[in-house]
Amino acid sequence: MAQRLLEFLQRERPAALVETGSHVGDEIAVVHREHLVDVLTLLRDHADTKMNMLSDLTVVDYLGQQPRFEVVYQLYSIPHKHRLRIKVRIGDAQDECWVPTATGLWHAANWSEREAWDLYGVRFDGHPDLRRILMYEEFVGHPLRKDYPQNARQPLLRRPDAPATDDQTTRLLPDSHDRRVS
Amino acid sequence: MSAPTPTAPTAKSVAHTVAETYDPHTGRQAGEMPLSPSLQQFADEAERLPTDELILNMGPSHPAMHGTVRVVLRVDGETIKDADVQIGYLHRGFEKESEGATYTQIFPYVDRLNYVSPMLNNVGFAMAVEKLLGITAQIPERAEYIRVIVGEISRVCDHLTCITASLAELGGLTAFFWGNRAREHLWELLEDVSGARMTHSYCRIGGVAWDLTRDFDEKVRGKFVKVRGLITDIRKLVERNRIFLDRMQGVGTISADDALSYGFTGPCLRACGVAYDVRKDHPYSVYDHFDFEIPVADAGDNLARYLVRIEEMEQSLRIVEQALVQIPPGAVIVDDPLIALPAKREVYNSIEGMIAHFKHIMDGLRVPPGEAYSFTEGGNGELGFYIVADGSGRPYKNRCRPPCFYITAALRQMILGTNLADVVPIFGSINMIGGECDR
Repeated sequence: MAQRLLEFLQRERPAALVETGSHVGDEIAVVHREHLVDVLTLLRDHADTKMNMLSDLTVVDYLGQQPRFEVVYQLYSIPHKHRLRIKVRIGDAQDECWVPTATGLWHAANWSEREAWDLYGVRFDGHPDLRRILMYEEFVGHPLRKDYPQNARQPLLRRPDAPATDDQTTRLLPDSHDRRVS
Repeated sequence: MSAPTPTAPTAKSVAHTVAETYDPHTGRQAGEMPLSPSLQQFADEAERLPTDELILNMGPSHPAMHGTVRVVLRVDGETIKDADVQIGYLHRGFEKESEGATYTQIFPYVDRLNYVSPMLNNVGFAMAVEKLLGITAQIPERAEYIRVIVGEISRVCDHLTCITASLAELGGLTAFFWGNRAREHLWELLEDVSGARMTHSYCRIGGVAWDLTRDFDEKVRGKFVKVRGLITDIRKLVERNRIFLDRMQGVGTISADDALSYGFTGPCLRACGVAYDVRKDHPYSVYDHFDFEIPVADAGDNLARYLVRIEEMEQSLRIVEQALVQIPPGAVIVDDPLIALPAKREVYNSIEGMIAHFKHIMDGLRVPPGEAYSFTEGGNGELGFYIVADGSGRPYKNRCRPPCFYITAALRQMILGTNLADVVPIFGSINMIGGECDR
């Protein structure tokens, strides 16, 4: 059934696909970054696909390979009950490590993209509020990258160059009298 | 003919009189005593008090927030103008730890994700690894039934925790105690099976650790009578209670479209009128052998979520009862020395058994390279595991799709514009579990 989805993509957006495949019953399509939002929009809105749920979004770090990161979107369609995995491969250079945001398509992308940024350091271009979500603001580095040691310890220390966790309270009201005197 | 009775003053006429005698210049009713000079000064100052919007912190440690979450609120009086929901206070690096652990060693970590229904997490993770190994069809049927039984008992515990904790926050402490008593009955059953009250680690890849106890069947029936009684008592206590209804009905409403866009699953989605349940839509394990319903409500508010959970508990109890009748005898784990640990008798008496045991403990079972996304119905909704294997005994990546992470993401939208006091019942009804949300 989901094989039909891959055929659908090959028919509708042949230029966007890098490769397609399936493994243990899961269908996977790897797309180019510049076509990502186009493909996601098509899958969400087309009557044959209707992927109205972004089930999950995550990143896999293939350290030592090029391109290094793979951003993985798990899409699900409630009306058609089918599932598809979309992947984008990106490099780890500063100007390469980004993908366009999907927050305009699903609300679910907001927090999951923040998590991907927090833990993997992949930037989501156009995200309205890209900041850390699980780690604290003072944290240095991105812990789920394979080159971040598993047993590293980072105590919470104030850094002059980063916003403090406490400043989060005043985010909502920039000129509030509650703002701490720095 | 009786004499016409004088009509009692109605609310309207009182309001009319009050409005007529109000003096807009002094801000007093006619005939009201003037204040003493010092009190008058105080009253004048109160008039001039600045009424700025206020930043208010709820959490991360707050008696009414079960779970460490911090909600920063911008309030105008009691109305919530803006909110920033901050999670991560219980982040323990589940994924990072998994990458250094063998597949079997991950079970205790998985227990501690959703710590009120650990059995469901156990099953979800075991199924993901089995999907990668390609042995889903070879799991003994008895093991599948046992997984369903313990999983559904866990689901009832999960819903009981959610319902009674949020009732306690609304002031219904009796319901909380009764619910905990019911949960204690169920935990005794799970303790009988697994040896642990909360974090069971009972599943294994390829089956379960050991068989059910001999008198499990009778115990379940005895306990279920008590649990059903307690659930009925709780319902009698709250469902016609004016305070409960006022705080639940029409509060925390979310539309079905928004819920889908936010990635809601489980009871919260079904309370919006979308009948998506993994057990029905993509029947895994032996769920297609049972007769059960998927309760759906359409209001999308706190009360709908409460009602869906109450009804789901009954359906889960029904599934367990049917499973106990249908359960076949047989093995409880696959008969494959590369996947299952050898029996202790083998380990101590044969060299092959000992080496197999050693390899299992030190290297872990080998999973062929590849990736799989496996999803089951957890206590809060679709619990997914996305595992990337590189052929070694440890996962290259082990991603958990936490259902309540996506539900908590919608908390901001659900509390905007409501009263400050409504944060507590709304937060209670979405059943955010810190361990699962933050991993």
